[in-house]
Amino acid sequence: MKKDLLGIADLTADDIYRVLETADAMREVGQRPIKKVPTLRGKTVVNLFYEPSTRTRTSFEIAEKRLSADTLNVAVAASSVLKGETLVDTAMNIEAMSPDMIVLRHASSGACHLLSRICRSRIINAGDGMHEHPTQALLDAFTIREHKKEIAGLKIAIIGDLLHSRVLRSNALLLTKLGANLWVCGPPTLVPPGIECLGVRVTTSVDEAVRDADVIMMLRIQQERMQGAFFPSLREYFNVFGMTTERVKLAKPDVIIMHPGPMNRGVEIASDVADGPYSVILEQVANGVAVRMAVLYLLAGGVEDEAAA
Amino acid sequence: MKQLLKGGRLVDPASGRDGVFDILIDGDRIARVGRDLTVDVGVTVVEVPSGLIVCPGLIDMHVHLREPGQEHKETVATGTAAAVAGGFTAVGCMPNTNPVNDNAGVTEYMLKKAAEANLARVYPIGAVSRGQKGEQLADIAELKAAGCVAITDDGKHVSTALLMRRALEYTSMFNMPVIEHCEDPSLKGDGVAHEGYQASSLGLRGIPSEAESIMALRDISLSSLTGGAVHIAHMSARQTLDAVRFGKSRGARVTCEVTPHHFVLTDEMLAAPVAYDTNTKMNPPLREAADRDALLQGLADGSIDVIATDHAPHAADEKQVEFDHAPFGITGLETAVSLCFDRLIHRGIVTLPRLVELLSVNPARILNIPGGSLAEGAPADITILAPDLAVTVDVARMKSKSKNTPFNGWALRGGVAATIVGGRLVYVNADTGLDLANW
Repeated sequence: MKKDLLGIADLTADDIYRVLETADAMREVGQRPIKKVPTLRGKTVVNLFYEPSTRTRTSFEIAEKRLSADTLNVAVAASSVLKGETLVDTAMNIEAMSPDMIVLRHASSGACHLLSRICRSRIINAGDGMHEHPTQALLDAFTIREHKKEIAGLKIAIIGDLLHSRVLRSNALLLTKLGANLWVCGPPTLVPPGIECLGVRVTTSVDEAVRDADVIMMLRIQQERMQGAFFPSLREYFNVFGMTTERVKLAKPDVIIMHPGPMNRGVEIASDVADGPYSVILEQVANGVAVRMAVLYLLAGGVEDEAAA
Repeated sequence: MKQLLKGGRLVDPASGRDGVFDILIDGDRIARVGRDLTVDVGVTVVEVPSGLIVCPGLIDMHVHLREPGQEHKETVATGTAAAVAGGFTAVGCMPNTNPVNDNAGVTEYMLKKAAEANLARVYPIGAVSRGQKGEQLADIAELKAAGCVAITDDGKHVSTALLMRRALEYTSMFNMPVIEHCEDPSLKGDGVAHEGYQASSLGLRGIPSEAESIMALRDISLSSLTGGAVHIAHMSARQTLDAVRFGKSRGARVTCEVTPHHFVLTDEMLAAPVAYDTNTKMNPPLREAADRDALLQGLADGSIDVIATDHAPHAADEKQVEFDHAPFGITGLETAVSLCFDRLIHRGIVTLPRLVELLSVNPARILNIPGGSLAEGAPADITILAPDLAVTVDVARMKSKSKNTPFNGWALRGGVAATIVGGRLVYVNADTGLDLANW
C-alpha cells in the first residue's frame, strides 16, 4: 500500500483483498477476553475530526487502542476554524509533535490530499467532504463477503442521496473493482453528472434497482448538506425512494440490507426494514473496528518497511 | 532621441504589413516604417535578429492589479512589471479593488501608481454599480472623465437584467463597452469546479456551463434592445461561444475574450498531476475537452475577438487551503505569450497576424484606446516576440508578487524578446540574442 489511505481510488483489487484478509485476523482480537495486541505500541495516532462523528471516530479509537497505539482525539469545532487557524497550520503543529498517523475527517473534499502533500505522518481518510470514505467501503465489502463470499457478480443496489455521498463514491470504486454488478438509484436531482463513467448503472426506479438484488445499501438523506430543494418533502421522498418491506420482497430471498448510518428512520428506510431480519447494519458497525485495525496495521507496517530499507 | 529597429518580421495587421520592415522611432512615436530605411548620423540602430517578430504592443484587457486594498497579492508596480515581462505594453485593470473603483478618486489613485511605476500603460475599468453591489449605477461620466475606458462588475455578473439594460443604455453615450462576467448565481450556487465527471468523481460542487451561457444570452439580448456594446469576459463554455455567434449573426454589438488557461487546460487538471491543486481553481472553471476544442475553433474562425489573461494573483497562503476554501483565479501575464505560441501558432490554430489581432488590435478597438497599430504617428508601443524561444515556466523568476499558476515547470516554445512602451525599453530578454544595450 501507499504511504497514505486517501481513497479507494488509490487501491488495487489486491490491496483491497489484503485489507479484508487482515481484518479477518483482527476481528479475532476483539473476541478475546483481553482485547489488546502490542502491534502499534509506541506509535502515536491523532484522530483529527473537523466534522461531528460518533461512529467513525469511536471505531477508529477502539481500533487504535486494541493495537496499543497512543491515541488522542482532536475535535475541531467549526467555530474555531472561523477563528483563523488554517488546516495546514493545525496539521503542521500536530506534525511538530511527531505523530505516526493522522486520521482526518473533514467537510471539504480533498482535505486529506492537502495534508498528504505536506505531512510526513501517514494520513488516513476518515471521510472528506463529498469525495471518499474508504474505510466505510472496506468495512462494507468485508460485511458483504461474510454473507456472500464473493463480491464478483453480485447485484448491489445503492439508493439515496448519491450526489453528496462519499460512501457512494468509495463503494462504487471498490465494488466495481471487485466485479460487482452495481446499480445506483436516487432522484435525478441527486445523481452526480457523469457517474455512469464509474461503471455503474443509474436508475430512478427503486423497483428496478432492487429487483433480484443480493445487496441493498441505503444512503442517508444528509439534511445538513441539502442547500436547495432537491426534492419536495421528506414524506414524498420516502414514498418514492424509501426502503419498505414491500420493496425488499423484490430482491433475492437472501438479500442483505445495509446502511452506513446514521439512519433517518422513516425517510430513507422504514423502521421494520432497519430492524428486520435482512438488516446487517449493526454488523457493519462491528466489522468497522476490525477493518480499521487492519488499515492501521498495514500502514504502520509500511513505516517499518521504509525504516528497514 | 531616435532609434531604428532594423530587420525582423513586422506583423502589423492594422496597417496590412507582414514582412521585413524597419521602424524609425522618434521619442514616443513611430516616425517611419519602410524597407531598408536610411537614417542620419546619431540615430541608434538596433539590428533585430532574423526569426524575431516585431508587432504592436500587446494589450491585456482583463487584469486584476489588486491595488488599492490587496497589496499583499499584487500592486500596480509589480503587476505592470509582470505585464511588460509578458510582452504587454498596456493592461485594463478591473475595479474589484478595496475600495471598489466606482469613483474618480480610486481611478486617479490607480493612474498615479501607474505613472510612478512607469512600465505598462494602465487603463482602469470602472464599476457598473456603486460598490459593485448591483443596486445603482456608479457615476459613470465621472469615471470616464477620470480615465476609465469601460465598466464592469467583474468578479460577479451585473445583478439584474434591468441594471444591465440601464448600464448599456447609459454608457452608449460615452462609447464605452460594458464588460460582463457572465454567471447566473443561482445555477452557480457554491460550486467550485466545472459540473461534470471530474467534479462528480472528486466530490466537488459543480458549476454548469449554462450558468455562463444563460447570462451571456441575457446580455446579448439586452445589447440588441439598447444598441449598447457588451463584451463577454473570460468565456469558458462552448454554449457561450454559440450564444456569441448567434448574437454576432444578428448584428448585436457583442465581443468576447478567452483566457489562455481555458484554451489550454481542461477539468482533468483537477485530478492530476496534483489532485485538488488549488491553482486549477478559477472562475469560470476549467471545462471539458469539448469546450477547450470549441474555443480553439472559435479562435481559428474569428468568432473570438480577444485573448485576455484574467490575471488574478493570490498569495501562497491563501491558496494553500482546502479546495472549497481557496480563492478563484490564477496569474496569467507572464505565461500568456508562451502558451499562445506553443498551443496556437506552432499547432497551426491561428496565424501570426491573427494572433496580433487577438492580443493587440482588437483589445485596442474594443476599449477605444491608442495602440494596436504600428502606423506612422502611432505611439511607439512595440512588442518583440521570439517564436522559437525555449521557455521553461519558473515562478521563481516571475515579476508578479503572486505565484499562483498551474503552468510552473511547463516547457513551452515561444516567448517575449522585448517590450517597448512609448519608445522606452521596459523589458528585454537577453536569451533571445536581441541586443538593446544602446537603446
